[in-house]
Formats: sequence, structure tokens, C-alpha cells
Amino acid sequence: MKLNQLTIKELHKKLKAKEISPFEVATDVLSHVDGVEEDIHAYVSLNNNLLDDSKNVTEIDNPLAGIPIAVKDNMCTKGVLTTCSSEILYNHLPVYDATVVNKLKRQNYVMVGKTNLDEFAMGSSTENSAFKITRNPWNLETVPGGSSGGSAAAVAADMCIAALGSDTGGSIRQPASLCGVVGMKPTYGLVSRYGLVAFASSLDQIGPITKDVTDCAISLQAIAGHDNKDSTSLGVNTPDYRQALSAEVKGLKIGLIEELMVEGIQKEVKELTDHGLNLLEKMGASVGPVSLPHLEYALSAYYIIAPAEASSNLARFDSVRYGLREEAEDMVDTYKKTRAKGFGDEVKRRIMLGTYALSAGYYDAYYGQAQKVRTLIIDDFKKAFEKYDVLVSPTSPTTAFKIGEKATDPLQMYLSDICTIPVNLAGLPAISIPCGVDDKGLPVGFQIIGKHLDESTVIKAAYALEQEIGFKEKPKLLKRD
Amino acid sequence: MSDYEAVIGLEIHIELNTQSKMFCDCEVAFAGEPNTRTCEVCLGMPGSLPVTNEKAIQYIAKLGLALNCEIANFTQFHRKNYFYPDMPKDYQISQFDLPVAGKGYLDIESDTGEFKRIGITRAHIEEDTGKMLHISRTGRIHGADYSLVDFNRAGTPLAEVVTEPDIRNPDDARIFMQSLRNIALHLGISDVNMEEGSLRVDANVSLRKVGQKELGTKTEVKNMNSFRALKRALDFEIARHTKLLEAGERVVQETRHWDDAGGKTTSLRSKEEAHDYRYFPEPDLVPLTLKPSYIEEIRATLPELPEARRKRFEDQYSLVPHDARVLSFEKAVGDFFEESAKDYKNYKSLVNWIMGEFSYHLNNQGLAIDECALTPKHLVQLLKMIDDNTISGKIAKEVFDEMFNTGKLPSVIVEEKGLTQITDQSEIEKVVDMVLEENPQAVTDLKEGKDRALGFLVGQVMRLTKGKASPELVNKLLWEKIKQ
Repeated sequence: MKLNQLTIKELHKKLKAKEISPFEVATDVLSHVDGVEEDIHAYVSLNNNLLDDSKNVTEIDNPLAGIPIAVKDNMCTKGVLTTCSSEILYNHLPVYDATVVNKLKRQNYVMVGKTNLDEFAMGSSTENSAFKITRNPWNLETVPGGSSGGSAAAVAADMCIAALGSDTGGSIRQPASLCGVVGMKPTYGLVSRYGLVAFASSLDQIGPITKDVTDCAISLQAIAGHDNKDSTSLGVNTPDYRQALSAEVKGLKIGLIEELMVEGIQKEVKELTDHGLNLLEKMGASVGPVSLPHLEYALSAYYIIAPAEASSNLARFDSVRYGLREEAEDMVDTYKKTRAKGFGDEVKRRIMLGTYALSAGYYDAYYGQAQKVRTLIIDDFKKAFEKYDVLVSPTSPTTAFKIGEKATDPLQMYLSDICTIPVNLAGLPAISIPCGVDDKGLPVGFQIIGKHLDESTVIKAAYALEQEIGFKEKPKLLKRD
Repeated sequence: MSDYEAVIGLEIHIELNTQSKMFCDCEVAFAGEPNTRTCEVCLGMPGSLPVTNEKAIQYIAKLGLALNCEIANFTQFHRKNYFYPDMPKDYQISQFDLPVAGKGYLDIESDTGEFKRIGITRAHIEEDTGKMLHISRTGRIHGADYSLVDFNRAGTPLAEVVTEPDIRNPDDARIFMQSLRNIALHLGISDVNMEEGSLRVDANVSLRKVGQKELGTKTEVKNMNSFRALKRALDFEIARHTKLLEAGERVVQETRHWDDAGGKTTSLRSKEEAHDYRYFPEPDLVPLTLKPSYIEEIRATLPELPEARRKRFEDQYSLVPHDARVLSFEKAVGDFFEESAKDYKNYKSLVNWIMGEFSYHLNNQGLAIDECALTPKHLVQLLKMIDDNTISGKIAKEVFDEMFNTGKLPSVIVEEKGLTQITDQSEIEKVVDMVLEENPQAVTDLKEGKDRALGFLVGQVMRLTKGKASPELVNKLLWEKIKQ
């Protein structure tokens, strides 16, 4: 077995015991990437110094030391191209490292490269990248999900050991679901956003995409914690998430969100969700239905709030200080020409939506109303958590869809995130783990949502289910012969 | 007199002199090598996030308290969105409906001596923009070949104070600004230098018939870079409105640019062209809760403000109201007086010198009291030398001139120039005898009651003694000799 196929935990054990070296791990990862990247297109840029970097890791004192990890290309890496998969940042070399990248560096990780995404993390299929369309390793004709499609595909295809993603409305969990890997969005404020190029500031959260729940806990441990540079970062001590890796769910109260199990859900997705619940029940958890009546407005609220914040966050891409510049007659025309060329259709669509929603005379009807809905959804979750320890639902209503299938229908595309968006609006932690495959052999994700800052219980439930399901399928279509 | 009265409201921006910027660690300072005091935050680099400078919150709370404002217990930042190259993020982190300081007031004293209460609508905190340099004939952006931008100033904490439309004439507007400036100086929160741009003012002005309640159509005037410019611009605008209204025409609501060299305002943009700033709560910053105890702690750090100081000067130094007001108006002047008064107890004399000779010299050279070489030590030493007859009052003025220009202590100047007063009677007597002998006509005139001749004779003695003879002695001796 090649080393790139192992998990963080397995590699760490071997590295620590000096059975293998970081260089050998990096070599296996790199040779595999060289073999499959032309099919998958997971990376916007690769670290040309990967092997040298791995040689410099001499101490295996941290869990991530010498582990090749991929970073979504919307997180700043000092001196290393950070494009957000956008033309407008095609040449952007950040002058600083994102806090998460710093934290990984302190653990002596080695960076494999920067992964592809929907431009500025806006999308659910990674088709909105200005540079390339990432393919789902399970079926190269289908999308890997998005926006962290590059990260999820890279982990699924063993092109890295783990990856960082960012999740604004499901951008970690949905691609993790579609690629058959584990993805977690932590509580808003648990992981610093400093250096994450903002899409929607009040919703964005960085999290890990890994091969299993154990690696998820290890990775989360590495990146969580207060950061003075992010005012929305929570001032809490992070618990040891690895202690939650106990398969013990006896007495755990689990609520199935009724509103997320109805129309539009693919048959097998529904069946496998029920199957997962049955397994948890068999292990001693108690399961019951729960209704969150305001979820039906979640998508609408999200598509006001996220674009509104985005319209402001993306204003800075004006060609004055960095990025693309399209010279024109005067200042205003330079702005217009640069932004017209630099942004893709989906980004423009959301900037226009958001600008409109914030305009004088419309603010109360749109942004104000959406914030009220957001509060109602937060309250719905609070009520549900009075009765239950975790809530569950499918991660995505369907398995991976065909490339191009929804590209021209934004509404259909937006519906891909119907199960994940409410969690961002409420700022809660949630994980997606694979729970089986559909009749086309494509993986299905199972979402577990926790209380505010209760990542431990989420991890505990996910770990128990993972052990019970024993999901062993791997993507077969890694090479075109 | 016109049938119209002016209604003026001001919007003032004050750059706060905190050590670091509003949302990052970069140093706050004036000018310097362009783009050297910058980082990823104040350059609006992708992914960077703001962190609020607590000192700036304290400063704006201080200003609010000094302006008798209600300080909010719950305050929040909003984004003000508009595109401009001097705005690194193309939005400004500002405040909207939840400013740090709400309603308040400032009492000003008009030139007529009348006290007037000017309402404060609000005072909030925001970040300053960078500075643009337009390479063009006019220095303005229109028609510029290209423009340069310096972000050293970007992110400097900026207080915005908005007044109610309570001001009725340009002089009061100027006095309000001077009073506000003095308060900021007393609080030590800003350099409030209009030329350097750390104090900026925009004015809203409209006219209405005397006795009418409704406000007329207003115009907003920008780009007034001195108190004098503010007064001139308002005078111009009021005259312009008056002319329009008297001709039966309408005032167009618009923003106008004050052209100081041309002495006129020109249209900048109409109401229709006004920005829609699309304010919304800044999601990168959590709202701030200012507990009443925290606000009280800040209140306790407030220094004595001009009004309180004026009253104290009257009580403690027995100054007449006029003197107390002049001395307390500017912080540095009041400080100079008090520092001097520690070692010199003839306060009336002290006041006369500060308000007379000293202020004359300062005005002449266009200096502020803390910008010249003269310290309280200089002045006190000089006054003591007059009191103990080391020098005469006349010589003292000469010494003052010298020490003002050179910063030398009066004792040194007197020593170097040998200006010590001659108080030896026999020495003066010799000169007096000589002068009387040489000027028989003057002596005759004086004896015939032409008093003017005395001045001439004293002058001759002073000339011969190079002004060092004690004038009293000279007088006394001359009279004695003539009566003989």
C-alpha cells in the first residue's frame, strides 16, 4: 500500500516510530498527484518544494508533523499564489499567512498545494472556478461538489492526506458528501478566519476535510482556538477532541430534522439516512423526529445575507493595490473593465443580488427581513437542542450530479445546499460522513449537527456511526486506461 | 438687513492621536515616506480582518462626555460602501444607527458676549481614508494624468461630530469650531490641526425667512481648510442663497466645493448624484457593550475643560472675567499661565505680559504659544528682574524681544548686554547735570510750565545712559535740580 493512501493517524504512528520518513510520504503523494491530477484537476497550484519541505521536517513531535496537507486556494499563504480560483486574483501573492496556515506550519505540516474552488467559494460544484473544473474521483463525469471541491476530491483521491476547506453554506460538507470523505464545519468563531478571503463574513468558517472522523478530530485540534486577529473568534479553551473518539452513544438523544427529509431528496439518500439512524439506535441512542418550522425560509435568507456581505467584501478587488488591472480611460472605467473581466458570472450575480438587497429603500424588506429569519432559525435550533443532543439529516439531497447539469440553473444549484445552509445561519458545528453509495456507486453523506461549541458530541456520534457503517468503498476511476 | 436668517449645521472630522491605527497595529503619525505605515489590514489585503483599538473607543467616549453626550451602552460598527482609490476596502468601517455618543451640546460664547447652546446630534468613530495626489494642472482628479495614493493615513481613528442646525451665523460657526478644537486639545485626543487635516469641517447651510419654522433648501460646503476659510465660505454661501431667494429663484440641494483662492463655491454634485452607501452592520466586528462602570471610569479621566478652567481662574487667581476667558480658551495658553503663576504671584502683571507683549510677538510670527522658544521660566525671571529694579520696564521689552527670538534666559541677555539698571544716584546725577547744562532752552521751557520739556530731558538722560538709568531716579533728580 502506498503511503498516500494512509490516514494522518496511521502515518503519524509510522513516522514517530521512524518506520517511514516525511520524505517518503511526500514522495508517494507527489507521484500519485502526478499520475491523477490531469484527470481530477484538484489543484490550482502545487507546491514545487514539497519534497524539500518534507526533508526539513526532522521532529515528529506534533500530530501533523510531516503530513502532506492541501489548502483551499482562498486561504492566504505568504508568497504563495492565492487566487480564490478567480481571474481577478490570478497573480496574487499574499504578504502574510492565514492563521490556520500558521498553525499548520507550527505543527511542521507540509503543504501539497492550493486546491481548486468555485470562484470566491460561490458555488456547489467547483464548476465556477476561473481556471479548471475539478472532477469527482468516483466518476469523472460528475462534479465533486463545492465550493471546496478541490479539497474534497484531493482527499478522496489520496492526492493529499487531509485538506482544509471553508464552509459558508455547506462548502465543506456538501463536497465531502459527494466525494465520500469526512468534512466538518466547526462552530462559527472556533477557527480563526484571519487570512481566509472573505465570501460572507458572518457565515464563513474554516474546517477540515479528512479520510475519517479520527483525522477530522486531529485536524480540528490543530486549527481551533482563539485568535486575537479575528474579533469574531471565540475566546474559549478548546477541549481535546480526540477524547470524543469513543464509539459510545448509549443514551445519546438524536433528532431527525423532518423538514430536510421530504421532497426533492434522492431515494437512496433518504434510505441511507434512515439506515444510519437505525444503526445509531441499535447502539443505544434514542432517535426521534424534530421540526424546525422556519427552515423553509433558510435558503431565501441565506441568498440575501451571503450576497449582501459578499457585495461589500468583494468591493476591494478594484485593481488599485493588487490583482488584475484592466487599464481604461479613467478611474471608473478601470474599475468597470477590471471587474467585468475579473469576476465570473456567479460572482457577478451575487454581487448584484447583494448590492440590490442593501440598497436604500430595500434594506428593511430584504436584509432586515433576512436577519429576522436568521434569528428565528437560531431559535428553532435552540428549541430542538432542548430535547436532543445532536440533530441529523442528509448532507446533500442528491449524490454527485453531472458536470454541466445544473450549471445554467442557479436555483437548482442553490438547492444543493438546502440541508447545510441552516447550520451556517445558526453558526453551529456539523459534520458530514459517508454512509453508503447509491445505485450508481456514488457516495452519500450523513450530516450530524451539534450544539454551539459542542464539536465533541458531534465527533463522538460521527465516530460511532463510522465504526458501525464500516464504509470501505474507494473511488475506482482514478485512471483512464 | 436681510429678511432671511441663516441655519448652519456642521459635520466635523477629528483625527485621533492614538498610538496605533483604528483596526491594526500600524503607527499613527502625520505624513512620512508614503505607504510605509501600512500592513495587510489597513491596505485591505484579501483575508485580513479588523480588530478595534480600545484606546480609540475611549477617546471618542471622552469627546462625547466633554460634549455632554449620552454615551451608548451598546454600540456597533457599520460598513459604508463606496468605491474610491483612497479606500483600501472600498468600504469604510464607520458607525450608523448606534454611535458611541448620542445627543449632547456645547455652549459657545459669541463675539457679542452672548452664550449660545449648540446641540450635538451625535459623535461616532470611524477609520480615515488614505490620501490622493492627483497629477494635474488643478490638483483635482478631473483631467488628471494619473493619481497617486498614500495609505499611511488609512485606518487612522477618526471622530465624526455632527451638530444640530443650531448655528445662525458664520462667526458662531467659527467660534464653535475653535471651542471644539480647544476641547479636543484639552482632552489630548488629537492634534486638531486644520492645515495638516487632523481637523476638518463640512457645513450645511440654508436660509429661511426670519420667524419661519421650516428649514429652507440646504447646500453642503466642503474643502474649508482654516477657520477663516469656514467663515468666508459661509459668508459667500449665505450671500449666494440670499441673492437667489430675493430674485425669486430656488436654491438647488447639492454639495459645493469651496475654492479658497477664488473666494467662491462651485457645484460638486447634486442630490441625485449622492451615494447610496448601503450601510449594514460590520460582520467582522462584534458589537461593543460599554458598561456604565466603564463609562464612569472614562469620565473620571477627563481633564479640566475650558469652561471649568475659566471659572477656576476667576476664583483661584482673582482674574477679571475677560482675562480668565482669554487665558482658558486655549489649553496651551492656560498651561503657560498656570506654570508661570507657580513662581510668580503678581498675577495681574503676568496676565498683562502674556496677553500683551507675548501675544503680540506670537501673532506677529504666526506661532502658537507652545511653538516658541519662550518658557514660563523665561517670563517669570524677566518679571522678577523688573520687580527688583534690576531692569526697567522699557529695557524689559527689549530683553523680551531678544529672549523670544533666541530663547536665551533674561539674566543671560542682561548680563551679555550690560543692561542692568543704573540705580547709583551719583552716577545718574552726573549725567543729569550734563544734560541740564547742554539744554538751557528746555530748562527754561520747563520752568515756564511746559511739561513736555521734561520728557525731552528724561529722554536725553536715557539716551546717554543707554536706557539703563532708573527712570524714577532720573525724574526725581531732574525735578529737584530744576526747582533749585
